[in-house]
Amino acid sequence: MQAATHAESHSGAHDAHHHEPGFLRNYVFSIDHKIIGLQYALTALCFLLFGFTLMGMMRWQIAHPGQSVPLVGPFLESLFGDVATKGVVSPNLYNMFGAMHGTIMVFLAIVPLLTGAFGNYLVPIQVGACDMAFPRLNMLSYQFYLFGGIIMFASFFIPGGAAQSGWTSYPPLSLIVPTDGQTYWLLGMVFLITSSLLGSANIITTIVQLRAPGMTWMRLPFFTWAQFVAAFLLLLAFPPLEAAGVLQLMDKVMGSSLFLPTGLAVGGKIADVAGGGSPILWQHLFWFLAHPEVYVLILPAMGIVAEVIANNTRKPLWGYKSLVYASLALGFISFIVWAHHMYLTGMGTTIAAFFQTTTMMISIPSVIILTCLLISLWGGSIRFNTPMLFSLAFLPMFGIGGLTGLPLGFSASDLHLHDTYYVIGHFHYVVAPGTIFGIFAGIYYWYPKVTGRFMSEFWGKVHFWGSLIFMNVVFMPMFAQGLSGMLRRMSDGGINYSLAQAGVEGGLGSSIMELNRVILWGAIGLGLSQIPFIINLFYSIKHGVKIPNDNPWDATTLEWQTETPPYVYNFRREPVVHRGPYEYSVPGHAKDFTPQTEPESTPAKH
Amino acid sequence: MDIPYTTKPRPDTGLYNAKVGIWLFLASEVMLFGGLFSAYIYLRVGAPVDTWPHGWLNVTLGTINTVILALSAITTLLAWAALKMNQFPRYKIFGALTIVLAVAFLSIKAYEYNDKFTHYQVRLNDGRVADGHLIENKKDADHIVLHGHYVAKAAELLDGHSKNAHAHEELTIARADIQGMKFYGPALNNFLAIYYSITILHALHIIGGIIVIGYLWGPGSKMWFTDPERFTNRVEVSGLFWHFVDLVWIFVFPVLYLT
Repeated sequence: MQAATHAESHSGAHDAHHHEPGFLRNYVFSIDHKIIGLQYALTALCFLLFGFTLMGMMRWQIAHPGQSVPLVGPFLESLFGDVATKGVVSPNLYNMFGAMHGTIMVFLAIVPLLTGAFGNYLVPIQVGACDMAFPRLNMLSYQFYLFGGIIMFASFFIPGGAAQSGWTSYPPLSLIVPTDGQTYWLLGMVFLITSSLLGSANIITTIVQLRAPGMTWMRLPFFTWAQFVAAFLLLLAFPPLEAAGVLQLMDKVMGSSLFLPTGLAVGGKIADVAGGGSPILWQHLFWFLAHPEVYVLILPAMGIVAEVIANNTRKPLWGYKSLVYASLALGFISFIVWAHHMYLTGMGTTIAAFFQTTTMMISIPSVIILTCLLISLWGGSIRFNTPMLFSLAFLPMFGIGGLTGLPLGFSASDLHLHDTYYVIGHFHYVVAPGTIFGIFAGIYYWYPKVTGRFMSEFWGKVHFWGSLIFMNVVFMPMFAQGLSGMLRRMSDGGINYSLAQAGVEGGLGSSIMELNRVILWGAIGLGLSQIPFIINLFYSIKHGVKIPNDNPWDATTLEWQTETPPYVYNFRREPVVHRGPYEYSVPGHAKDFTPQTEPESTPAKH
Repeated sequence: MDIPYTTKPRPDTGLYNAKVGIWLFLASEVMLFGGLFSAYIYLRVGAPVDTWPHGWLNVTLGTINTVILALSAITTLLAWAALKMNQFPRYKIFGALTIVLAVAFLSIKAYEYNDKFTHYQVRLNDGRVADGHLIENKKDADHIVLHGHYVAKAAELLDGHSKNAHAHEELTIARADIQGMKFYGPALNNFLAIYYSITILHALHIIGGIIVIGYLWGPGSKMWFTDPERFTNRVEVSGLFWHFVDLVWIFVFPVLYLT
């Protein structure tokens, strides 16, 4: 690179030149963005599996309340003691599992996979940089993330167990539960938020500063754009939750009552607190993060899907600029929709009207993105490989998730649907067959770049079809349950409100209750469908089909124009970019793809 | 291969990497303190009648601290300017002054906290409230000694500007007469809770600033002799952070002390 910076640099990356780094430096305290990306990926995939396991036990308890969990029941009892007597998931344990399932899936699995793993590994290569802008800060982000995860995980094993107040941690409940789980949750969150802030500042700086010569803004792959917007959302939306976390820690540890109202009664007695606080303040600060967070969950997944679709339709993305501007609009508007999670707080019609309007507005850029991706398929000669199948399934699945969100955005219909299984169905369609399918697509697509081998196509397709079918078996019935009024977070699966109970009128019918068992079998099937993926992921490292060359998918973006796996500083020579990211099937060219590094002056024929 | 633009600005953005990084970091800091100040507004506007105190903080000390931080902003700037003018000894002087001022700020803050931690509201069995600094609180004694005054009910204490707020006499109170006592900590009311939340977080930022500026002033300053331009950039970045910490105080002072 520049001679001047070469002579002056004292960065860690530079040290690696002079002496052979040891195992610790290479794999544990690495400052190479690719290794850190893989660290994120493995840790987050473990948390993904763990969060899924928690959900499996909850679904058993919902379908068969009060019965011992098969296989793991005795293990649960020996691990948790009296909250799992005879292997039954007690209401307290159910609440812990519920709170931690949400927390783990959102903050420890999906976001770290999207921004930590994919963002870290791919963004520097896609912009043509040798590393992130701040490699050591990058290492620190991962360590904060890991530490926060360990605190969260450890909280299961402290006396009283983990947090029990949902991933939203609404006070007063979160503050009056007498155990220490909530304190651990808050401390864990402070570390996770700090990790996110450092990571997102790093990604933005990398994209702004380290783009290779010729890599103009409108030549960035859409994936990088999506990461850019998501990083801004994390950077600006997370701090208010950090503030809220600090305030809730004050309440929990120092005995203040920032979130506790005057006259709060606990167990029939007035609580001994100063009062005057507001539980709704927490909701505002929480959702100010948690709604932009939804777009952090979805935008990078859309980015992955866009890359895979362009590559496997062998034609340019339709409406690249619309995609870019739509994601920017999405980013801005996502900051002014948060209170649509709070219609039930009695905010009044004027405020509700504002948030309904902005909520309807934000559906426009979302629909633009989805439409662009859909139209991109038109006229393409589609290659139906595993990453493409996951990407294609992403479109309708995310569509269902998005469209079912509209009734929740209107206060009139939301009052009926609030806190029911309808909400669970809605956001799981966005995140599970939406985002997680995007993640699977990304793993199958970039795996050859990381390892030099393909994952098995056959087992990939088994994984895909199993996941697609069972995802729908799990989440589709939830809409019916929610519309019938089944509330979320009930450890008995609603049996006390069912018509089976004497004296209950207008309760949940037997067909609605029966769906609990359907969902349980769906969840079991979904779990079994992941086995081929897990085996495939590890087996293919050594035994997968070797890739024929460094660009096995015939792709155009920069990560495919370097060796496999990429050289420690990504490119032997600094790449120079000559064209946009999706020049597929350009008329007059010999190949059906033109890499971004290919100079304009090169003759069309080789 | 080295990471480009660690020292020299990138031509099209006009910035070196760390400067982009610090501005992004400060943007997130704005949102952090923005969240806290929003919480303050929300709590104050929504506070039940007769629960929000006024004039509980020492304006004189707050003013002195404001002046101290304003001076430290100037010394930070002059330290960086000295490096730009290639005057390393001058940088050492102004860097040291910045740290001294920061430590002075923290000392005054510590004095203020201590004053609040020894200040008690004692609810008596006859309904009155004794308010003042705890002077004597022996475990085996049957009484405590307070330096302050009695009021009929706690709400009278809300106005710190009132005349008898500063009435001081030695009160000896028998333990048998005491219903309960609370010091002026976060649990007393929400004004103090948010006051502590914001100012402790701000003080942590000051401590962070002292560590960074202190490192650059001490062991880190060796870089001046090997890579002056990069060192000057580091001082600039630490200065940007310091100015932000000052700026937060410029909001803290009127919002918490003067209202």
